[in-house]
Amino acid sequence: MRRAGELLLRGEELRRAYDSQVVVDVEAVEVRAGEVLALLGPNGAGKSTLMRLLAALESPDSGRLLYRGRAVSRDDPELRRAAVAVLQRPYLWRGTVAQNVEFGLKARRLPSAERRARIREALGTVGVGHLLDAPVDTLSGGEAQRVALARALALEPEILFLDEPTADLDVTLRRQLLADLEWIVHHSAPAIVLITHDPGEAFALADRLVVIEGGRIVQTGTPAEIFEAPATEFVASFTGAEFMLSGRLEEAEEGTVVIRLDSGHALECAGCGEAGRRVRVAYRPEDVALAPPGSPATSARNRFDAKVARLRPQGGLVRLRLESDGLSLEAVVTRHSLEDLGLELGTPVVAQIKAAAFHVFPE
Amino acid sequence: MDVFVDALGEALRLLLSGDPYLWRIIARSLQVSGGAVLLGLLTGIPLGTWLGLARFPGRGLAVALVNTGLALPPVVVGLFVYILLSRQGPLGGLGWLYTPSAMISAQFVLAAPYVAAITLAAVGSVPPELRLQARALGASRWQALLLHLREARLALMAAVAAGFGAVISEVGAVMMVGGNVQGETRVITTAIMLETRRGRFATAIAFGLILLAIAFAANAFITRVQQAQPRRRRPLTS
Repeated sequence: MRRAGELLLRGEELRRAYDSQVVVDVEAVEVRAGEVLALLGPNGAGKSTLMRLLAALESPDSGRLLYRGRAVSRDDPELRRAAVAVLQRPYLWRGTVAQNVEFGLKARRLPSAERRARIREALGTVGVGHLLDAPVDTLSGGEAQRVALARALALEPEILFLDEPTADLDVTLRRQLLADLEWIVHHSAPAIVLITHDPGEAFALADRLVVIEGGRIVQTGTPAEIFEAPATEFVASFTGAEFMLSGRLEEAEEGTVVIRLDSGHALECAGCGEAGRRVRVAYRPEDVALAPPGSPATSARNRFDAKVARLRPQGGLVRLRLESDGLSLEAVVTRHSLEDLGLELGTPVVAQIKAAAFHVFPE
Repeated sequence: MDVFVDALGEALRLLLSGDPYLWRIIARSLQVSGGAVLLGLLTGIPLGTWLGLARFPGRGLAVALVNTGLALPPVVVGLFVYILLSRQGPLGGLGWLYTPSAMISAQFVLAAPYVAAITLAAVGSVPPELRLQARALGASRWQALLLHLREARLALMAAVAAGFGAVISEVGAVMMVGGNVQGETRVITTAIMLETRRGRFATAIAFGLILLAIAFAANAFITRVQQAQPRRRRPLTS
């Protein structure tokens, strides 16, 4: 992973409303050299608008954009050259693939020999070098997406914005493009801002995430930070956490804290804060470890004798619902482990969760 | 029926003989209508582009006015341009009345709304994100706008055809402000009227055929351009 460096872009107090409905309202966002920053949020969260504000493609109603410490507007020529964006759908214009990729190079008045070299290189990078002279209306969806990407890469931007680069693709194309993107983000532009609604994509590609909900930033941090300590219930559930019943934090022996769920179950919880509060409790299905009944205790402090209540295959993984005396738990296992444990509907199993695996949020 | 067949034969003979009377009138027609369309393009494309892309209060009304311009009766346009250019009119000092300049002015008023209205529709049919994407690749506002117009170029060709078609075949306006002076302001349509009134049907039909041929040629040219494959430049594979 690359190290984040110099501050390139900073948006301050950016606000944007359409028809008096506030779409973006963020205090500060920063883009640093050498990092892949993901703007992550559900559809309609204002990610694309925030991207357009940061890429200076749209002016905010209030607030300002700083490029290398200097306040800039939409028509700032230096920023226009430095920041390049690939919009969500590949808007290709009439002509050949090469003509499309050449567009930005011409706008930058590069000499023809260099233009040609860069077109070839960019198309090669995204694996569509053979389409050089193809008219764009003969391209498939995946090819068009790659050409749109090449059109931006050819410009060797300082900051590259990618708005949902895999949104319109089917699963296979998506996986291919993700693999390529992973290579690209670590070999091309010094800074990448990836806009995505897919936490998996963000976690896989980004060095730092900005989670957006309703136009506001709800959390900023590394993938690990956001995964391990989601700041809000929204961040937790959006990034795949499951919620349990609510409960109350209670003092237990030796100063430890337990969560007394409304169902009566007690959960040992590390770092959950002071006793006395009512909380909502979240955990990640990945953190639920399964073992055969009667297996020896592990370091996990929470142990439940459960039964498999539902099995739902998800690709190579299987998602399980476990019931334990009125408590429902979600767990994820590989197909392999499923067979090893001999799990079927109704099979008894031991579910274990570490005390540090719970996230609690004030109710 | 014989009258018709005889006239048709005579018309073809006239056309093939290269009669200077005929050809001077054809040249004048092309000059007047071509000039009017050119001026119509110079004003109608910017106006239509602006109306198609800008958002401002009163835009709906402006669009409605432009579209109303499509239904302007040539005679009424002729009347207004006549009054403007007449000796007592505000532009009387130009001395344009009964000159090709007056005819170009009147036909320009007829052609410009066609060009503007079709341009408006053409630029509106290109997704606005295309310009945004061009900007996002470092294009200036102008470069992005030019790209947008280039994307709409097929529809813009239709604007040229529609504008030309609207004026080459009109008679009311050129008759009023041009006066059908032989060798000066006589064009194909006014010649057809005159020759018909004189009972010289063969000449009138000859002009009619030419008018049809011009209209056909203009539209055939545009159809060809519209149906052409995407332009391929020298291949980069060298």
